[in-house]
Amino acid sequence: MLKIRYDRKIVADSREYAAKIAGDIYNRFIRGFSTDSIERTTLRFLGVEGATSLGQPKVNSVVEKVKKNSDISLGVLLAVAREMAVSGADFQSAVNIVSDGTLSSIPPSREALEKAKNNIKRLAVLKYEELAGKRRKREEFKKSFQPQKTPLRYLIVATGNIYDDVIQARAAAEAGADIIAVIRSTAQSLLDYVPEGATTEGYGGTYATQENFRIMREALDDVSKKLGRYIYLTNYSSGLCMPEIAFLGAFEGLDVLLNDAMYGILFRDINMKRTFCDQFFSRMICAVSRIIINTGEDNYLTTSDAVERAHTVLTSLFINEAFAKIAGMKPEYMGLGHAFEINPQIEDSFSLELSQALLIRHIFPKSPIKYMPPTKHMTGDPFYSNLLDAMFNLASKMSNQHIHLLGMMTEAMHNPLIMDRYESLKNVNYIFNAASSLASQIQIRKDSLINRRAQEVLSKAYELLQKVQKEGLDNAISNGEFADIKRYSDSGKGVEGVYKKGKEYFNPVFDILLEKTGGER
Amino acid sequence: MTQLFSNLIKAYGDRRDDGVIQLSFTLPVEYGQKAKQIGKIFAEKLGLREVNVTAVEKVGDGFTMFVVYGHCDVVLDVDKIDIPVVEFTIYSREEVDTLIGKNIGRKIKVVGACTGFDAHTVGIDAILNMKGFAGDYGLERYRWFEVYNLGAQITNEKLIEKALSVGADAILLSQVVTQRNIHKENSLDFVKRIEEKGLRNRFILILGGPRIDHPLAVSLGFDAGFGAGTKPSEVASYIYSRMLELKDR
Repeated sequence: MLKIRYDRKIVADSREYAAKIAGDIYNRFIRGFSTDSIERTTLRFLGVEGATSLGQPKVNSVVEKVKKNSDISLGVLLAVAREMAVSGADFQSAVNIVSDGTLSSIPPSREALEKAKNNIKRLAVLKYEELAGKRRKREEFKKSFQPQKTPLRYLIVATGNIYDDVIQARAAAEAGADIIAVIRSTAQSLLDYVPEGATTEGYGGTYATQENFRIMREALDDVSKKLGRYIYLTNYSSGLCMPEIAFLGAFEGLDVLLNDAMYGILFRDINMKRTFCDQFFSRMICAVSRIIINTGEDNYLTTSDAVERAHTVLTSLFINEAFAKIAGMKPEYMGLGHAFEINPQIEDSFSLELSQALLIRHIFPKSPIKYMPPTKHMTGDPFYSNLLDAMFNLASKMSNQHIHLLGMMTEAMHNPLIMDRYESLKNVNYIFNAASSLASQIQIRKDSLINRRAQEVLSKAYELLQKVQKEGLDNAISNGEFADIKRYSDSGKGVEGVYKKGKEYFNPVFDILLEKTGGER
Repeated sequence: MTQLFSNLIKAYGDRRDDGVIQLSFTLPVEYGQKAKQIGKIFAEKLGLREVNVTAVEKVGDGFTMFVVYGHCDVVLDVDKIDIPVVEFTIYSREEVDTLIGKNIGRKIKVVGACTGFDAHTVGIDAILNMKGFAGDYGLERYRWFEVYNLGAQITNEKLIEKALSVGADAILLSQVVTQRNIHKENSLDFVKRIEEKGLRNRFILILGGPRIDHPLAVSLGFDAGFGAGTKPSEVASYIYSRMLELKDR
């Protein structure tokens, strides 16, 4: 890889500060808390699915009813266990009774309750094994293909209709895409439930549902076999249903999930307590299912200046890495994100971009770094945009990024047309091939702009980490340190769905995940 | 310049009136021997002559993309076309501040949001936030604007309520997502609500977004529309000019 110079001691110190920052959030906001979405995920994990007669997802109905008729701070499963103990119902029937709101009011005997809890614990182990089996099967399937050369070519489909998405995804894979991402319908991240079934109506994208995941996975497995190349499937979990979507993704064999509390806090105004908890739980699911997470630091540069504020991206990457470690994730699955967003009119902008890309690649050597194309300076002139994308492609190849999102020459105009995607692949295929070994043949001069810039960004990131550690991440966010956006710990969406776990809180799914992931906490 | 020809125009390739245009499109036909002819016929049906199909490529199973060049006989008399344009002088931020101070004599209140399910604040932020866009500071930075940026995903009703409660002079509605014309539907809904409340003349209504232009905004019932690349100082200048007109009325 093309080598750059920077102070490794500062990197090590930065990691220490990031670990303290994430640890502080874990202790204050995550440990000892559960959320609506975590409780719903727990139910999904145990096989609760479908909708009530009113069309509400059953898991939502159960959580709502427990909040109304019982004590949610003890967990939905305790309410279910009590019902099993009193009425002698099996797990699914007890869930239905809770969902219908016709809970028995008689307290169960201690023995019956213990027995019911043990039944749920056994079910949790069984369901965990089922999920692990799915993971193993997928890994075997993946292993039957040759590994692809990096950077992997990541393309989005966003028709709103899952069946049209399939057509476009197949075309994209055939033209050379390695990863297909199905963009979600605008603002799905703010829905406090996961819609059901196959969907054909969405705005700016297609709803993330279990059935849509299944349909696309089946199509991509089929096209993988046809092409002799494994096609990865990506979807998006950040938002109010982060753990639920992570579970559904794991269950249906997704490979990559956008998963980032910081993104939700800053860009979707989701309450930080809620989403830090949700992120932790969802990352444990990703850890046991070996799903690559993607973080959204690239977005910072759409609101902040990409030259002046480049270091905020690096600071956040260190923090996001620390959060992933707490959830027990391995670096090989931390798809930390950054972007090519410097104003193209600036002199030497390409050197600055290359410097940033190399720095991040070096600091996180094992991580499947996600590199985002230019969006902010795309103008509506597809010819010029195609040129910017070519420079982005070159920077990506020269710095060997891992997950390479293809830029679209019609960025800022409309959702990509089938031919936009084709031209984009033609562009990237040319550059990746033309610059195949370029980086191994050249060196970066010691006293060069690229090296100086890398050291400068690293030093600033380190200073910011020190500051954030002193203030606490929640206060740093309130002070607008990231993306120039201010958010507060007691406001934002989903704040009412967070609760402190009671002493008798019962959740064997949580326990299994904590045990299996064994993160640094 | 001879008046006889000057207002009649055809597309320009490399000499006057050659009518050359370029075009690319995809047809759901299998790539193969017939595809090129199908693309050519398609272009001819669009009214092109001497069609030259320069690229025929398979973009997927059953889909072929074409790049074609051809001569187009469309002639326009530019002078006879009536296009509504926003007429106002564009000032710098300093000039706008001076002019408002001198000629309006009070702060102009502006409320803005991206309403509906649209989650994109990029447009409204570019115009209103301190930071602005392309080196041009946003309205928050102006001494004589009082700005309320409500962000994204709020209802049209809430935007109107806020405008009333702060006594706004102007409302900025941003619409970014355009799939299935949701931006037009939502904008129409906004204007309808304003009209139903009898508030149409109470506020200066401005529509903005990457797919918005002035004629579209006017046709939807707004006073002005601003598209991609609009700088905050342009919007500020427009609001000032309109305030001045309203004052003189």
